[in-house]
Amino acid sequence: MTKYLISRLIWLPIVLWAVASLTFLALRLVPGTPIDFVASQNLTTAQITEYKAEWGLNQPLWFQYLSFLSDLARGHLGNSMSSAVPVKTLLIDRIPPTMELAVSAMIISTIVGMGAGIISSTTNSKLVDYSARIFSILGLSVPWFWIAIVLIIIFSVKLGWMPVGGQLDPGTNYKTITHFIVLDAILTGDWSLLRIAVRHLALPALAVGLTSAGFVARLTRSAMLEVLRTDYVRTARAKGLVERKVVIKHALRNAILPVLTLQGLQFGSLLGGAVITELVFSWPGMGRLLLDGVTQRDYPVVQAAVIFIAFIYVLANLIVDLLYHLVDPRLRAG
Amino acid sequence: METADSLRSLLTEGKNMARTVSRDSEVNQIEYGGLVELGVPWSRRVVRFVRKNDITVIGAVFLFLVVVGAVFAGQLTPYSPTAPTLHDRLLSPSLAHPFGTDEFGRDLLARILFGARSILFASVSSVLIALIAGTFIGTAGGYWGGKLDVILMRIMDVMLSFPAILLAILIVASLGAGLLNSVFAIAFSMIPVFARLVRSVVLVLARQDYVTAATSLGGSSRWIILKHIFPNMIPPIIVQATAMLAIAISYASALNFIGLGVQPPTPDWGQMISDGERLIFDAPYVPFFPGLAITLTVLSANLVGDGLRDFLDPMLKNR
Repeated sequence: MTKYLISRLIWLPIVLWAVASLTFLALRLVPGTPIDFVASQNLTTAQITEYKAEWGLNQPLWFQYLSFLSDLARGHLGNSMSSAVPVKTLLIDRIPPTMELAVSAMIISTIVGMGAGIISSTTNSKLVDYSARIFSILGLSVPWFWIAIVLIIIFSVKLGWMPVGGQLDPGTNYKTITHFIVLDAILTGDWSLLRIAVRHLALPALAVGLTSAGFVARLTRSAMLEVLRTDYVRTARAKGLVERKVVIKHALRNAILPVLTLQGLQFGSLLGGAVITELVFSWPGMGRLLLDGVTQRDYPVVQAAVIFIAFIYVLANLIVDLLYHLVDPRLRAG
Repeated sequence: METADSLRSLLTEGKNMARTVSRDSEVNQIEYGGLVELGVPWSRRVVRFVRKNDITVIGAVFLFLVVVGAVFAGQLTPYSPTAPTLHDRLLSPSLAHPFGTDEFGRDLLARILFGARSILFASVSSVLIALIAGTFIGTAGGYWGGKLDVILMRIMDVMLSFPAILLAILIVASLGAGLLNSVFAIAFSMIPVFARLVRSVVLVLARQDYVTAATSLGGSSRWIILKHIFPNMIPPIIVQATAMLAIAISYASALNFIGLGVQPPTPDWGQMISDGERLIFDAPYVPFFPGLAITLTVLSANLVGDGLRDFLDPMLKNR
C-alpha cells in the first residue's frame, strides 16, 4: 500500500509537468501570437516590439518554455495579457463558481442516477424498468448546452419560476468570504441569499448533472443486477429479511463501489461540462474565462486554467484510486 | 463522458480476458462472445437478434435516415439552407416549414438536413482517425511491450488527464477554428481510449497458443499481427467505435456550439443552437429542433452501440 501510494505520488508531478508542457506547446503550435489580437487595435511597429519584449514573446521558444516552467514551479502565474489583471486574482474569482456548479451537478447526478438505477434493477414492472433505462440513455445522449437551453425555455421563459442566468439577482447585497456563495450564505446564516443562490444554481447544475446521471443509472443498474444474483442476497432473502433491507443493506452496499469510482472519475468531465454549460447561463466561472482566453490567445490565462482543471482531474482520479485501495481489501494485498 | 467510457471499456476488457478461450485448433480464433451460440449460423443469429432488440433496430433506422437526409438534403427540401428570405423571418412551425424559420427566414428543416453533413463528416472521420492511430499505438505497445509500451502508455495517461472536451478545445483553439481542425482535435482526444483497448486485447491475444505457434514457425511480426492478431481485434474495436461515435457527435456539436468548429454560412446543428440561443423568448423552436436532432442522433448511436455489444458479446448483456 505505501509503495503504491509513493509511486502514485511520484507520478503526480510528472503528469502535471506533462500537462503543463502540452498546454504550453499547444498554444504555440501555430504562429498566431497574442500580438495578432492586440495588433488589430492599430499599434505601431515600435509598440508591437515593446509589447513583445514586455511579455517575453521575442525570446526563443525554449527560453519561454523554461521561464514558464520555473514560474509555474514557484507558483507565479503572471498577468493576463489582455487585461493585465494577475491570473491568480482571475482564478480566485472564477474557480469557486465552477466548482460550486460541478459539485452540485455531481450531487444531482448521484441522487438521480442511483435512484433510477436502483428502481430499474429492483422493480418487477417492465414499464418502470424501461422508463428508467430510457431516461438513463437519454440522459447520456443529451448535449449539455442544449438541455441547458431547454431548461431555460421551460422553467424561466414559459413558467417564469427560475432566473435566466447569472449567479445572483442583480443588485443582491453580497460580500464574499470564501468566494463560494452557497457556503458563505450558510456560514453567515443568510437564508434569503441562500435561496437566491440555489435558485440560480438549480438549472445549470441540473443541465450538467443529467448527463452523468445517465451513466450512474446504467452502472448502478448493472452492478445491482449482478449483486442481486449472488448467494448472500439469496441467503438474506431466505432469512426472511424485508426486501427493502435486502436491497439497501446487502445489495446496495456492494454495488456502490463501482458507482462511487465512476463518480470520482466523472468529476473531470463534469468540469468540462460545466465549462460549456456556463456559457448558456452567463455563469461567471472558468468557462467564459477559458474561452475568452482562447480566442484572445491570452497565454497565461489559458495555461493556468487548463493546468488547474487537469490538476483537479488528476487529483480526483488519485483519490478514487486510493479510496478504492482502502475500501477493497483484495486490492490491498496485490 | 470519456472517463465513464474508459471505465466501461475497462470492465469490458476484464470480462474479455476472463473469457478469452481459444477454441479447437482448426478454428484458431478467439470467439469474442460467440461461446454461447456455437454452431448457430450468423444469418439466424441476426434475425433472432433483430426480433429481440427492437430498440436497437429503431436506433439503426434513425441513423440510416440521418445519413439519407444528409446525402439527399438537396432533393428532400425545396429551400436553401443558406440563402436568406427576409419576408419569411421567424415563422412558427407550419406545413410549409415543419420546424419553422430562423431570423433570416431560412427553413430550419433544410438547415438541419444540410447540417447533418458536417456533423456526420466530423464524427465519423474523427472516430476513424482515432481508431487507426489508437490501433497502431495499442498494437505496438501490447505486442512488443517493454520500454516502448511504458512510454506509449504514459503518453496516453497524460492525454487522459485532461477532460477530453477540454483537450479538444485547446487543440482546436491553437490550430484555429474550422471543420478539419475540429476533426483533428476530437480525434486526438479520443486516441488514448482506442490505444488502451487495443493494447489490452493484444496483450491477451499475443499470449494465445496459436500466436506462440506462429512465432515458433518463424513468422514475422508483421505477418503475425496482420494475420493472427488483427482479425480478432475487430469486434471489440467495432463496439468501442460505435460508442465513441456517439461521443464524437456530442463533442463536435459542442465545438460548433462555442464557435470553434464549422464556420458560417455552412449550416451546422451546434452552431444553429448558439445562433438560436438569443431567440429563446421569441422563437424557442429555433434552438430546440437542432438540439433535438443532436440528441436523437447521439441516442441512436448509443442504442446501436449497446445492441452491437450485446450481439457480439451476449454475456455482457444487462451491463
